[in-house]
Amino acid sequence: MRGHEPRSSSSCAACKLLKRRCTPTCIFAPYFRSSDLITFAKVHKVFGASNVSKLLGEVPEEQRQETVNSLAYEAEVRLKDPVYGCIGAIASLQKKMLELQHDLAVARTRLLAHSGVSNHVSQLDNSPELAAFLDLVPYSDLMLLDGSTSLDAYLYDLGQPPFV
Amino acid sequence: MNPKRCAACKYLRRRCPKDCIFAPYFPPNDPAKFACIHRIYGAGNVSKMLQQLPDQTRAEAVESLCFEAKCRVDDPVYGCVGIIHLLQTQIQNAQNELAKTQAEVAVAQTKVGQTQNSDQFM
Repeated sequence: MRGHEPRSSSSCAACKLLKRRCTPTCIFAPYFRSSDLITFAKVHKVFGASNVSKLLGEVPEEQRQETVNSLAYEAEVRLKDPVYGCIGAIASLQKKMLELQHDLAVARTRLLAHSGVSNHVSQLDNSPELAAFLDLVPYSDLMLLDGSTSLDAYLYDLGQPPFV
Repeated sequence: MNPKRCAACKYLRRRCPKDCIFAPYFPPNDPAKFACIHRIYGAGNVSKMLQQLPDQTRAEAVESLCFEAKCRVDDPVYGCVGIIHLLQTQIQNAQNELAKTQAEVAVAQTKVGQTQNSDQFM
C-alpha cells in the first residue's frame, strides 16, 4: 500500500474550501473548524490561504488564535469597505478621540471657572492653572472650540497616532 | 524588458503592459511598497481587489492596503487591529474622564447656585 497521510475524520473549513485532504498536521485546522467556512472564505478572499499559512507559521503557536482573530476581523472590514478597510475604522476612532479631547478641555475649563481661581472667564487664558490643564491637550486642538480648525488635518496621520 | 516597468512588474519579473493595473500606484522608485503588499495579500488578490473598484478610488485603496500590510509586517499577530484596540481603550478612558469631569462641573455649579441664593437673603 502506498504511504499516505491518514485521512482526518472531518475536514477543517480551509481544507473543505480548498477541496483538499485535511491532515492531522493541518495548520488551519485548530483555528478554522468545519463550521467556520464563511470566516475562512473571507480570510482567503482577502489574504489568500498560502499567505495565511505563512503568517501562521511565523508566529508562536500560542499566538496563532489571536492572529487568526485579527486576520478575520481585517478581512471582514476590508470586504465591507473595499477602499479603506480598517483604516476607515481607525480614522473614525481618531476623530472620536479628538472630539472627546475637545469636550474634555471644555469641561475642564468650566470646572476651573467654577473652582473660583478666577472670577472672570476672560482672565483664564493666562492663568497658570489653565496652563496646567492645557498641557494635557495641545492648544491647537482648543481652536476647535470655535470650529475654526478642521479635524480632517488629523485624519490618516497614522505614522504617528496621537494617542500612543 | 521595458526599463519603465512599474515596481510590481519588476518584482514579479514580468513585462509591464500599458494597461497594467499596478502601474499607476506602484512607481518603480518605491519597490518596498509593492514587496510589502505582496507579502501580505499577494499580487493576485490585490489585482482582483483593484479591478472591483472604480478607478477614482483605487489610489486610496492601495494606500490603505499598504498601511495595513505594513502594520501586519510590524505586528504579525494583531496588525492594524492592535491600533484599533488601543484607540478603543483610550476612547473608553476619555469617556470615563469626561463623565467624571462633567459631574464635577454639575456639582460645582450647584454649589455656586446655593452660594448665590444664600447671599441674596443676607
